[in-house]
Amino acid sequence: MPDGAKSGCVENISIQLKVNGKSYARTVEPRKLLVELLREDLDLTGTHVGCDTTYCGACTVLLDGAAVKSCTMFAVQADGAEILTVEGLEKDGELHPIQKAFGDSYGLQCGYCTPGLMLSSLQLLSRNKQPSEKEMRRAIAGNTCRCTGYQNILKAIQMAAQNMKGV
Amino acid sequence: MLAQLGDDSKLLAGGQSLIPLMKLRFANPAHLVDLNFISGASYVKEDDGTLRFGALTRHAEIETSDAVEKISILHDCAAGIADVQVRNRGTIGGSLAEADPSGDWATVLFTLSTEVRCLGTNGQRTVTLADFIKDAYTTALAHDEIVSEVAVKIPPPGSGGAYLAFKRSAPVYPTASAAVQITMDRNICKDAAIALGCVGLVPVKAKDAESALRGQMLTEKTIQTAADAASAAADPQSDMRGSADYKRVVVGALVKRAIEIAVRRARGEQVEVGHIYA
Repeated sequence: MPDGAKSGCVENISIQLKVNGKSYARTVEPRKLLVELLREDLDLTGTHVGCDTTYCGACTVLLDGAAVKSCTMFAVQADGAEILTVEGLEKDGELHPIQKAFGDSYGLQCGYCTPGLMLSSLQLLSRNKQPSEKEMRRAIAGNTCRCTGYQNILKAIQMAAQNMKGV
Repeated sequence: MLAQLGDDSKLLAGGQSLIPLMKLRFANPAHLVDLNFISGASYVKEDDGTLRFGALTRHAEIETSDAVEKISILHDCAAGIADVQVRNRGTIGGSLAEADPSGDWATVLFTLSTEVRCLGTNGQRTVTLADFIKDAYTTALAHDEIVSEVAVKIPPPGSGGAYLAFKRSAPVYPTASAAVQITMDRNICKDAAIALGCVGLVPVKAKDAESALRGQMLTEKTIQTAADAASAAADPQSDMRGSADYKRVVVGALVKRAIEIAVRRARGEQVEVGHIYA
């Protein structure tokens, strides 16, 4: 058991993780949330905090390929993991097909929820190349959008699925 | 380790309930022990007519497990909990150990023969689910014990079940939920188990509703009698999700639909179930 645990004082913990393909080593307070690590320590502010109550999904990132709410996980729990955030979607200045589709289909208005929605869409499309409308709705049920009414988001996911065929 | 850290420590499994509770300062443990780095605690195994779930098996893994097709009510539950992100993190063992009155797993597992395996410094013991869930947020776990496995007996042939929850939106807890598991002998209901969620401090076993079905042909009338009995058995609190009277009506309607689906599934029909949104 670490000494700090006995005395009651909090000991910082060293972690290593990969974010968007880049390795990072950081020493963090155990209470720090993953989203705080991303935004405050790594300056990756594309991942948003919407509700901070595990409801809205604005903070969604991929953890080893699975969509998770980064406000509902401690940074130390990502030790050894690979994280993908919205900043990691584009490659060599080229937008990811999902990013393009969200733009082309007007799948966003204010854009606050968009990073999370795109990462939920990516988990879906990486496991299911041709999702039905029902599957799309289920995949984004944990992402709240207060502007679009979701119709254009569904169109965007469908367009992305088309564009990602053969990728 | 828990014994060393003392009473002010808590175990962290999927964290999808505990971390939000900590943010609200409803839980304020001095120490958290993260279980996620334990390997081999996430599995779905079938042996000797029993499905065994490692305590750290995520809802998403159960949702996509082939073995779970044997008990469709378990699939209904796993696939319906909150949203994709929560299902990717939350665990079956964590859900039972949390014993939230609005949690889905305990309600569903109350309709099956379920045992919870607990592991502590004094070794291992097995507790039936009914003995495990003591009260809201209270279980039979000693402070230095963890859940290691959840074991569910596969029901006999001719069985079918369904779990339905009524929710305002995906990420929230249900307003009310109903789990129904029946075994048919031709047209006669041989056995029935009905549990209601979110309408009591622990899942409510609707015993009168069960006896209304047992030994009967399941006609519209018997099903309605059972649904009315379930409504009467519910003991809901009025809150922001609805008044007590409203929840009693909702839970009766859910029981009725769940029985109808359970009967069709007992006949071998494939029926897809989705949670119902307001």
